[in-house]
Amino acid sequence: MEKDTKAFQRVYTKLSQLTKATVSLNAKGIGYDELAIVDGRLAQVVKIMGDIVTLQIFGGTEGIATNAEVIFAGKSPTLKVGEDLAGRFFNAYGEPIEGGEIMGDEREIGGPSVNPVRRKQPSEFIPTGIAGIDLNNALVTGQKIPFFADPDQPYNQVMAMVALRAKADKIILAGMGLTRDDYLYFKNVFDNAGALDRIVGFINTTEDPPVERLLVPDMALSAAEYFAVEKNEKVLVLLTDMTLYSDALSIVSNRMDQIPSKDSMPGSLYSDLARLYEKAVQFPDGGSITIIAVTTLSGGDITHAVPDNTGYITEGQLFLRKDSDIGKVIVDPFRSLSRLKQLVIGKKTREDHPQVMNAAVRLYADAANAKTKQENGFDLTDYDERSLEFAKEYSSKLLAIDVNIETDQMLETAYGLFGKYFKPAEVGIRQEFVDKYWKNNK
Amino acid sequence: MNTIGNVTGIIANLVIVETEGTTAQNEICFIKHGDTRLMAEVIKVVGNKSYIQVFESTRGLKIGTEVEFMGHMLEVTLGPGILSKNFDGLQNDLNKMDGVFLKRGEYTDPLDMDKKYEFKPLAKEGDKVEAGSWLGEVRENWIPHKIMVPFKFKGGYTVKSLKKKGEYTPDEAIAVLIDSDGKEHKVTMVQKWPVKVPIRAYKDKPRPFKIMETGIRVMDTLNPMAEGGTGFIPGPFGSGKTVLQHNLSKNAEADLVVIAACGERANEVVEIFTEFPELEDPRSGRKLMERTTIIANTSNMPVAAREASVYTAMTISEYYRAMGLKVLLLADSTSRWAQALREMSNRMEELPGPDGFPMDLSAIIANFYARAGFVYLPDGESGSITFIGTVSPAGGNLKEPVTESTKKVARCFYALSQQRADSKRYPAIDPIESYSKYLEYPEIAEYLNKNISENWTESVLKAKDILLRGKEAYEQINILGDDGVPVDYHIRYWKSELIDFVILQQDAFDKVDASSSLERQDYMLRKTLEVTDFDFSFESFEDVGPYFKRMINALKQMNYSEFDSDKFKKNEKELEAILKEQEKEKVKEEAQ
Ligand SMILES: Nc1ncnc2c1ncn2[C@@H]1O[C@H](COP(=O)(O)OP(=O)(O)OP(=O)(O)O)[C@@H](O)[C@H]1O
Ligand SMILES: [Mg+2]
Repeated sequence: MEKDTKAFQRVYTKLSQLTKATVSLNAKGIGYDELAIVDGRLAQVVKIMGDIVTLQIFGGTEGIATNAEVIFAGKSPTLKVGEDLAGRFFNAYGEPIEGGEIMGDEREIGGPSVNPVRRKQPSEFIPTGIAGIDLNNALVTGQKIPFFADPDQPYNQVMAMVALRAKADKIILAGMGLTRDDYLYFKNVFDNAGALDRIVGFINTTEDPPVERLLVPDMALSAAEYFAVEKNEKVLVLLTDMTLYSDALSIVSNRMDQIPSKDSMPGSLYSDLARLYEKAVQFPDGGSITIIAVTTLSGGDITHAVPDNTGYITEGQLFLRKDSDIGKVIVDPFRSLSRLKQLVIGKKTREDHPQVMNAAVRLYADAANAKTKQENGFDLTDYDERSLEFAKEYSSKLLAIDVNIETDQMLETAYGLFGKYFKPAEVGIRQEFVDKYWKNNK
Repeated sequence: MNTIGNVTGIIANLVIVETEGTTAQNEICFIKHGDTRLMAEVIKVVGNKSYIQVFESTRGLKIGTEVEFMGHMLEVTLGPGILSKNFDGLQNDLNKMDGVFLKRGEYTDPLDMDKKYEFKPLAKEGDKVEAGSWLGEVRENWIPHKIMVPFKFKGGYTVKSLKKKGEYTPDEAIAVLIDSDGKEHKVTMVQKWPVKVPIRAYKDKPRPFKIMETGIRVMDTLNPMAEGGTGFIPGPFGSGKTVLQHNLSKNAEADLVVIAACGERANEVVEIFTEFPELEDPRSGRKLMERTTIIANTSNMPVAAREASVYTAMTISEYYRAMGLKVLLLADSTSRWAQALREMSNRMEELPGPDGFPMDLSAIIANFYARAGFVYLPDGESGSITFIGTVSPAGGNLKEPVTESTKKVARCFYALSQQRADSKRYPAIDPIESYSKYLEYPEIAEYLNKNISENWTESVLKAKDILLRGKEAYEQINILGDDGVPVDYHIRYWKSELIDFVILQQDAFDKVDASSSLERQDYMLRKTLEVTDFDFSFESFEDVGPYFKRMINALKQMNYSEFDSDKFKKNEKELEAILKEQEKEKVKEEAQ
C-alpha cells in the first residue's frame, strides 16, 4: 500500500499499549477521528486522553511491535471521487484493486447528513418484475431496505437481479466479508448484462481483515453522494452483508472495553447503523440514493440485535423463504414489508393495487390457518380447501422470485386466482373495483 | 465573565474539559474548534474536570482547544413564530440553514425577529400580574398567541405601562413591569426557558376529566385518551407506531400538535413536511401545517441532541398550554432518547442498570411524563398537554427497561401486536392487552355517557367482553377442532371477528375510513352490537363463517362510505337483508 508521507508529518516509534485491535501512544496535536499508518497499516484515532492517543488498527494488530512506526495523516479517512470511479472495483481504503490511480476530488468519508428540509419525499416506483416485491412490497427511490435471509439463501443473486432491472444510473456495491466467489459472481453478472460501466465496487472479502470492513459502507456512500448530489443521478447502493459489518463493530468495541449491550453488540449499534442507512435520500433535483442491503440471520432469528436494530432503522424488510409446497424460494408476504410502498401503489400503479395486494395476503393468511388445522389433524371446511389451493398457485405464480412480469399483469393474475377460488364477498375488496376489474363477475 | 477551560480528553462526543472557574450541571458551553463553535452540555463535574456531551461530531477536535461556559442551561426561545416551524432538537430553524447538508456549528434563530405582529393588549396599567399572566396577544397563524409575563419572573409585579394596539417586532418591549422592590423590568414578546425545568405557571392540575377525540375507533371507542392524559405505544418494528402517531397528528381534536421526531427516519419527517401543508384539519378546515410544529432530531443527526429534542418539544408544548390551548405532544420514539442516555452513560463508565441503561432511567421517564396534564391557569382559563410516546422495545419484547418504566407512568397502553400487523389488521393495537385507565375514572365515564350516548360505557365493556370471549372460543376451536366444539363457539368467535373487522380495523390510508367522528363511532358501535346481540342459529359450523363474512363486508363498506350517505345507507340495507335471512330461519325453526 502506498501512502503519501509529507515532510511535516510527525513520526512516532514508541507504543505504550497494544490490544488485538488498538494501540496507544504518547502524541500531541492529534485530531479526533484522524487517520494514521501504524507499521504500514491504516489506523484511526478513537480516543484521546491528555497525551495518550488510542488508535484502532483496521488490519488488526498481529505482529505489531512496541517500536512500530506511527505516522499521523492529519486528516480523517477520504475518498477521491469523480467520473473515474465508474466501472472500477476498490478495496476498503478506496484504492483500485486492479491498481492504477483515480482522478478526482478528495472527500472525507462519513460526512454530515442531509438537512431533512432539503429532502424530497420519495415517489418514484422501482419496478423489478418480481411480484413478491412489486405487488406486495413495492420499492421506491430514496428508500433503504434490507433482505433478511439465512446464509444459505440466494440473496446475492436476487439482489443482483433487482439491481440490474432497477434502471439505476449507478450501482454501487459495498461488499463486506463477501466470499471471493460471490465477488466474482457480481462482477460476472454485471459484465454479462453490459452494465459494468455503471458499477462501482468497494470490496472487503473474507480473505481481508474484518475490521477493514468498517470503512466500506462509508466509502460506498460517499461515492453515492457524489453521483447523486453532483451528477443528479439515480444511485442504487448494495450493502452486503451488514451482519458481518456489525460483527466488525463489536470486535472493536469489545476490544476497547466498552460495556456490550444485547448479543455482545455495542450499545451504539442503532446509531451506528442508522448513520449509514439514513444516507438513502431523494433530492429535489432528481438525484437519489436507494439502499438495498443484506442482513443475514442466524436460524431465522430476527430478535437478534443486528436484524432487530436494522428493522427499526430501515423502511421495511424483505424476507426470503423456501416454500416447500412449491419447491421455490419466495418473498414471504407476511414478514416482508416495504414501508414506502403506499407512496407509489395505487398512485404510480393501478388504483386497485393496494386493495388487491391486501386481499391476496389476507387469503394467504387464511390458508396458513387452514394448514395449521390440517397439520393438527382436523377436518377442513370447503373454504379451507379452496384457500389452500389458492395459496399454492399464488405462491408459484406471484411470490416466487423467478417471476418476471409487469405490475398490471400481476394484478390480472391476482384477479384470475380470486375468481378461480372465491366469491367477491370472500375477497372483500371495494365494490367499485370488483365491478371494474373482476372479470366474470355476475 | 464566562468561565473558560481547555479540552483534555475526547471519546467520540464525550469531551473532558479542565477549568479553574465555576461550571454547573447542565450548563451550556461552546468548544472553539477553528472557526466553528460546537455546542455542548455539562453532564458531570469531578474536581476541576467538567464532562461535556457535544451536540455535534467531534471529528478533528484537538487537546487544548478552548471551551467557553455560558452560565445558563440549555434554553429554548419562546415567542410568536414557533408554530409551523421545522426545528432541530436544539430549536434551530432548519429552513434557515444553507445548503443541502447540515453544517457543524451552524445555529439559526428559532424566531423571525424582523416580522411584525399585530399586538393587542389584554392587561391594563396598574394590573397585578405574575409569571404566566397574559399581557396581550398577537395572531400567530390563526392562534391568539398570548404574550405572557416571563416564566422566570418570581413573585408579584404591577403593570407600569403597556404598548397600545399596533404592529411590533418580537424583540420590542411591549410592557414595563414593576416588582415589589419598585424595580422596572421590560418585557418583549420573547422569553427564554431552560428545557429540563417544567414550566409551572398554572394554578392547579386536576385529574383529566374529558376525552380527547382522535378519530381512531380502537382508541376512542375502546380505550379513550383523556385530554391532558398520557399514553404510550410500544410495538416491534413495522407494527405501525409511526403511522398511528401520524394519524393522531392529523385527526386528533387538538388546537396544536407538537411532533418530536426523536432518533427516527428522516423520510418520515419529510412525509409531514410534504403532506401537512396540503392536508386539511378535519375540524377547522385549515391546513394541518398551521397547527403543527416539528422538532426533528432524526437518527442520523447528533445523538446528544436527541435527548434535548424531547425536552425542547415538551417546553414548547408547555408554553402554548399556558396560553389556554389544547396541545397534543407526540414523541417517536422515546426508546431512542433512552438509548442516547445509555450511550453517554456507557462512555462515562457509569455503573449500568438493566440492559446497560442508566440507573435512573425510570425516574427520568416519570419526570418527563409528569409534565403533561390538564391545568387551570392563573386567569381561570384552562389548557392541556396530552402526551403520547412510542416505545421501540428491543426484539419486540415488552419486558425491557424502557417499556417497563413507561408502563408505570403512562395511563394508556396501546400495545401493538406483531401478529395483528403480520395479518394486516391495522391499526395493530391489541384489543385485549391494551388499556385506558381513564375508562375507570368516574368523571370520564360520566363525560362519555353524557357526550356520546347514554349507556356508552356499558356498550364499550360489552364489546370488550365479546372480543375476549371470542378469543377464548377461538382457542378452544384450535384445540378441539371445528366439529369438536358446539356451533355456538363458532358464533362467538365470529362475533368477535365482526367487532375486529368493523370497529378495531381502520384503514389509515383511505380518505373516508381514516378518521371517524364520535357520532359515527357511536352509530357503528350500536349497529355492531345490534348484530352481535342477535340470537343466531346455524345448522352446521360451516355456515357460520360465510354468513358472518357477508355481514362484515356490508359493515366494512359502510365504513368506507361517507357517513349517512346513500352508499352508506345502501350497505346498511344490505346488512339488514342478511340479518332477515336469519329471522326467517328462526320462524321456520319455531314452526317445526
Ligand atoms: N393503520 C395502518 N393501515 C395500513 N397500513 C399500516 C397501518 N399502520 C402501519 N401500516 C403499515 O406498516 C408499516 C410500518 O408502520 P410504521 O412505520 O408505523 O411502523 P413502526 O411501528 O413505526 O416501525 P418502526 O419501529 O420501525 O419505526 C407502514 O409503512 C404501513 O405499510
Ligand atoms: Mg416508526
